Amino acid sequence: MIKVYVPRDSSALGLGAEQVAEALQAEASRREARITLVRNGSRGLYWLEPMVEIETPAGRVAYGPVRPSDVASLFDAGFLEGKPHALSQGLTAEIAYLKNQERLTFARVGITDPVSLEDYVAHAGYRGLRRALTLEPSVIVDEVTESGLRGRGGAAFPTGIKWRTVLNAPSEQKYIVCNADEGDSGTFSDRMVMECDPFVLIEGMTIAGLAVGATQGYIYLRCEYPHAHVALNEAIAAAEQGGYLGDDLLGTGKSFRLEVRLGAGAYVCGEETSLLESLEGKRGLVRYKPPLPAIEGLFGKPTVINNVISLASVPIILDKGGAFYRDFGMGRSRGTLPIQLAGNLKHPGLVEKAFGVTLREILYDFGGGSASGRPIRAVQVGGPLGAYLPESQFDTPLDYEAFAALWAVLGHGGVVAFDDTIDMSKMARYGMEFCAEESCGKCTPCRIGSTRGVEVIDKIRAGEDRDRNVALLRDLSDTMLAGSLCALGGMTPYPVLSALNHFPEDFGVSAAE
Amino acid sequence: MSEKEWNIEGVREIVQGLKDKPGALLPILHAIQDNLGYVPPESVPLIASELNLSRAEVHGVISFYHYFRETPPGRNTIYVCRAEACQAMGSDALEAHAKQRLGIDYHENTSDGQFSLEPVYCLGNCACSPSIMVGKDVHGRVSPERFDEIIEATKAKP
Repeated sequence: MIKVYVPRDSSALGLGAEQVAEALQAEASRREARITLVRNGSRGLYWLEPMVEIETPAGRVAYGPVRPSDVASLFDAGFLEGKPHALSQGLTAEIAYLKNQERLTFARVGITDPVSLEDYVAHAGYRGLRRALTLEPSVIVDEVTESGLRGRGGAAFPTGIKWRTVLNAPSEQKYIVCNADEGDSGTFSDRMVMECDPFVLIEGMTIAGLAVGATQGYIYLRCEYPHAHVALNEAIAAAEQGGYLGDDLLGTGKSFRLEVRLGAGAYVCGEETSLLESLEGKRGLVRYKPPLPAIEGLFGKPTVINNVISLASVPIILDKGGAFYRDFGMGRSRGTLPIQLAGNLKHPGLVEKAFGVTLREILYDFGGGSASGRPIRAVQVGGPLGAYLPESQFDTPLDYEAFAALWAVLGHGGVVAFDDTIDMSKMARYGMEFCAEESCGKCTPCRIGSTRGVEVIDKIRAGEDRDRNVALLRDLSDTMLAGSLCALGGMTPYPVLSALNHFPEDFGVSAAE
Repeated sequence: MSEKEWNIEGVREIVQGLKDKPGALLPILHAIQDNLGYVPPESVPLIASELNLSRAEVHGVISFYHYFRETPPGRNTIYVCRAEACQAMGSDALEAHAKQRLGIDYHENTSDGQFSLEPVYCLGNCACSPSIMVGKDVHGRVSPERFDEIIEATKAKP
């Protein structure tokens, strides 16, 4: 039996992976070829999706992008033995895009069958949990602190310190909440983990539960991710079946239960306190802090709330030790960042690298430059609340502090490239428009400021009293920055002002300011 | 789904099956919308009384979230991504094409009841922009021509 891999990742499905799988199966039975079709996750080389892989004695060989109409010719060429074809990409592991990455959190993504517990365990899965089960809670927290892991959702708060606070908060009931409301444009690493290796998230949450003394976890998943929902529920059921979740974890008598809850299309629910309100069945209004969720979180109880990637990085830290993870990276940004390359790039996809790689290397060595062939003019890093960076800043290393020094953010690691046809005043307007659309309405700078922001930018774009309106926009941005309750209103000025400062010509104003 | 008859007993069954979950309101609203395609305003008093909430609180939650709707959708809901990664790859033109092809604006249904059109802010398909979602199926690298093919194929589905 020859193993043939066709991804079940939603982006691959969106490019016809299902039809390719059906065509492969049909052609194989017509030719009486004996194949086993495995539905793996995506390797994250999205320009090659749907990417079909064949298991050969030399390793897995890739072909892509495959359309159903290519299937007959692939069989003719002898692809089942890994023979050449116009779509050949050679040995998957040797593809430079993959080979030059440091995949720690994404170690299994694209390799395994996402919902096969057997596959997960065979690829170093659940080693971290097995070790954690032998450790005191405080030692688990120490290991995470030692790793230097910082929240990958965007705020970059040290995960170990957050866990320590919850561990030390006395309570009968505590919770682990996974923020899987990945709403930032240009980001998809959470989705990939949940669709392509859901067990790693489940394992990470279980370890978090052991570390702080929580027995119940919730994954708050955005409803725009139906495939992730299915994969997570299948994986949770398999983990329960296998004794990795439930009231007697691997026979130790320890308990951890997990449930997936769906969001309902509100971007602001990615803010942690808004998310907790939503989980409690309310409008997603942002809460005042303090109290911190670590002290009074879900249903008023001490709660660890972490992003998908933060939690999914925990199993390897527990397996290989905090020092192993900490040895990747630069400065105070330790470990790796799954970078998501999106927008106008020739080779968009998932690149997990140690911190310190420069934006230019990411855009050109990995991304291959723009898809349109035109110069890359601006790059938005860190989602809709992230700053736009001009070409002169492309040599910045991906590091939380280096980005902060430029008045920019790494956020969740999304990188969206735009070519020189982009009108940056339009993008600034969109930044305000998005904030107005998604504001929870609790604080005035965000609720009213965003609407006024759209109006002021419209006037600037129309050439109406430009200097005064630019001054007004800066003043308004200042109010939003300083006076908003959360990052939505408080960071909308990042894309807006970075667009204005770096690309003033698009606003019809001169560069001198 | 819009044609589906709904009755208060069916909704009561859903609510009673889920109301003991902690923070039950969102799961309940999802279950109702999964079944009926929307949350009928007439079901609000029932949900409120079962959960011991005011009608205003339930209505407040329904209206807060973009995804929940109180009117029946068309047979298929088409979500067009408006976020930055898709804009970088021409989603403005796709958006205009979708509206023109279907003859409706966002939050409207086509007169034949086939389609609803909704904006969405990111489908996590940003490496394959521009993107749309039809029902629960994501489609990537959608050109206007591809959009028309998807529409025709969706119509042809039984």
